[in-house]
Amino acid sequence: MELILVNIIDGLVTGLLLFMLSAGLTLIFSMMGVLNFAHASFYMLGAYFAYQISIALGFWVGLLVAPLIVGVMGAGVERYGLRRVHQYGHVPELIFTFGLALLIEELVQFIWGKNQMPYSIPEVLDFTAFSIAGNSIPAFKIFMIFTSVGIFIGLLFILTKTRVGMIIQAALSYPRTVEALGHNVPLIFMGVFGVGTALAGVAGVIAGPVLGTFPGMAFVLGSIVFVTIVIGGLGSLWGALVASLLIGWITTFAKSYNIAMSDILNGLGIATPENMSENPLRDLWTVTSPQIADILPYILMVLILIFRPAGLFGKRES
Amino acid sequence: MKNLTKLGVVSALSLVIGASAAFAENIKIAFIDPLSGPFASTGTNGLHQFEFAADHMVNEKGGVLGGTNFEIVAFDNKISPKESLIQLQVAIDQGIRYIAQGNSSGVANALTEAIDKHNKRNPDSRVLFLNYAAVDPALTNEKCNFWHFRFDANADIKMDALTDVMAADENMKKVYIIGQDYSFGKAVAAAAVSNLASKRSDVEIVGNELHPIGKVKDFTPYSRKIVASGADAVITGNWGADMLGLGKSVIENGFDGPIYTYYAAGSGITAAFGESAKGRIRLISQGGINPIATDEARATYEAFEAKYPEGNIDQSRIFNVIGMLSQAIEAAGTADDVVAVAKQLEGMEYESMWGGKVFMRPQDHQAIQDMHVAVHTDENIDFDYDLSGYGVLTESTVEMASMDSPTTCEMKRP
Repeated sequence: MELILVNIIDGLVTGLLLFMLSAGLTLIFSMMGVLNFAHASFYMLGAYFAYQISIALGFWVGLLVAPLIVGVMGAGVERYGLRRVHQYGHVPELIFTFGLALLIEELVQFIWGKNQMPYSIPEVLDFTAFSIAGNSIPAFKIFMIFTSVGIFIGLLFILTKTRVGMIIQAALSYPRTVEALGHNVPLIFMGVFGVGTALAGVAGVIAGPVLGTFPGMAFVLGSIVFVTIVIGGLGSLWGALVASLLIGWITTFAKSYNIAMSDILNGLGIATPENMSENPLRDLWTVTSPQIADILPYILMVLILIFRPAGLFGKRES
Repeated sequence: MKNLTKLGVVSALSLVIGASAAFAENIKIAFIDPLSGPFASTGTNGLHQFEFAADHMVNEKGGVLGGTNFEIVAFDNKISPKESLIQLQVAIDQGIRYIAQGNSSGVANALTEAIDKHNKRNPDSRVLFLNYAAVDPALTNEKCNFWHFRFDANADIKMDALTDVMAADENMKKVYIIGQDYSFGKAVAAAAVSNLASKRSDVEIVGNELHPIGKVKDFTPYSRKIVASGADAVITGNWGADMLGLGKSVIENGFDGPIYTYYAAGSGITAAFGESAKGRIRLISQGGINPIATDEARATYEAFEAKYPEGNIDQSRIFNVIGMLSQAIEAAGTADDVVAVAKQLEGMEYESMWGGKVFMRPQDHQAIQDMHVAVHTDENIDFDYDLSGYGVLTESTVEMASMDSPTTCEMKRP
């Protein structure tokens, strides 16, 4: 029972981290129709910048400054890269962001090397907040939860309650009309891209000390972010949140409990075959939930695409 | 301008010719390991240690056979067995007679087979395989051959020594085994289970699990299971990012026992663990660094640090490879007849500067040496890793580990 509570907290942390990445990506995708393959690379840049800044000025300065630098870089990429490529259509845009992801990874390896970086949790937060039946919950995780919830509320407020947010929402669905009304749509695009990448930067800053800061960190998280926005529905902030939490909880619970496929099949009334080593379905029978935990989000995505192509909260049918 | 260019070309040419003339007599050792891609840091680090060992132990002391130098020739195999075979052929075509490789037992298995075949078909250009780190037990058992020499202890020997130390801990009642889902992770788990069963039948194995290699973002759920199982100790063969992720996560999430492992030092891992893992991580390896065994080793490490300030000697067996090879070549009186050199290597007892003896067991070409279990700490550390102040301190030593362990090797000698 206690373990369930612990897993709920762990899943929440994973989910919220995923949300910070997918929030920016989903806005960018719905606005420009660009799948930004380099999005997770900005997350990695956030962690590396924050590490570099934290050596000289401490963790908190890094938390504030690193996302700003990442955001400015993101805006620059949109202004001087994507906008030029945009006129040639979606495929060149895709290739552009794909190349950018490779470029950033090589650049990071060139500057910081291939080793793990000793980027660690600030001392103020390096203690156990509380423990449930021997499972300690580090204070840094609580900090991660509050930071991401704060960012979600802030984003939601800006998007739904302010003038800027209304223009962004309008530009999402009817860019030409918004442009005709005299708004600078390219500027909005650039702003959204910058903010989106800055969010990824924040995620990198607070995930780096926990998940490790190394050149492969973008690759590890890259594909799951796309799955999240497809499940949540493109362009929907709520969708991104729900899908992130769902994925966080599904993978955490699947890894925490050793549920064997044979138990499930037996429960359904199918008897375990006697001669297992000869059985063609041997792999299916011996599979356990931790082994397939990381595929579950992809299975969920396929199901969503079949039964609800617009995603959980998506509005657009295309 | 034209004349100047000509002058440049001519002088460059003469330099090249001069250089190749100077090196023509060198004994070349082909280093076939990953120098690009995800495992590049491990490979490059190994190459530096090889180059340094050859210069420091042989060339600066007047070479072997009255003045012949060692030369390390690097080949990038991108950790692919297929690529390694191509590089092996290139090395052989260049007249190289000594092949050094270590990263990935998959590559080592491919190389040892290819070398065996090549040596059978081409008695005039036979080569020796100096394996300095691939630890799959099969290489010195069912897949053994006369040309392969392993200078590192194999996975079984390491686990045997590690569990010797673990078994002495009376408070340890429950053990959790976790590893990467591939041949090496499975070999570690199997060795751990069988060793614990014979040495401490009262110890309960509360978890035996494999996770995808290099794909786990967050080890928290695994840590929760380890904590919930009530384990007193964790055994893992993880390396690289998987080692760091798992180690950090179990410590942060409330596990307070020791973590017994193979590869949790150097390449940034020691620095990243830092204070959090102090006194918690125990590693099995040959060649203790702290305290350092001999003055010669101290001088060597200091010279290495002067040349590579950010490098670590984390594979001291590389120095044993160079030392033993040079002794074997001296004793054989030739570097070209690899059969004679191999016969000298067989059964050699070598005084290692890192402490103790290295005995190349003739029946399977597995080096038998002292194994040390060291702890990650910042106390009494003379030589730290990653410039972090932290390093590995030897806590206990198993002398000549697994000296009389059985082998299924049926060596065919030429």
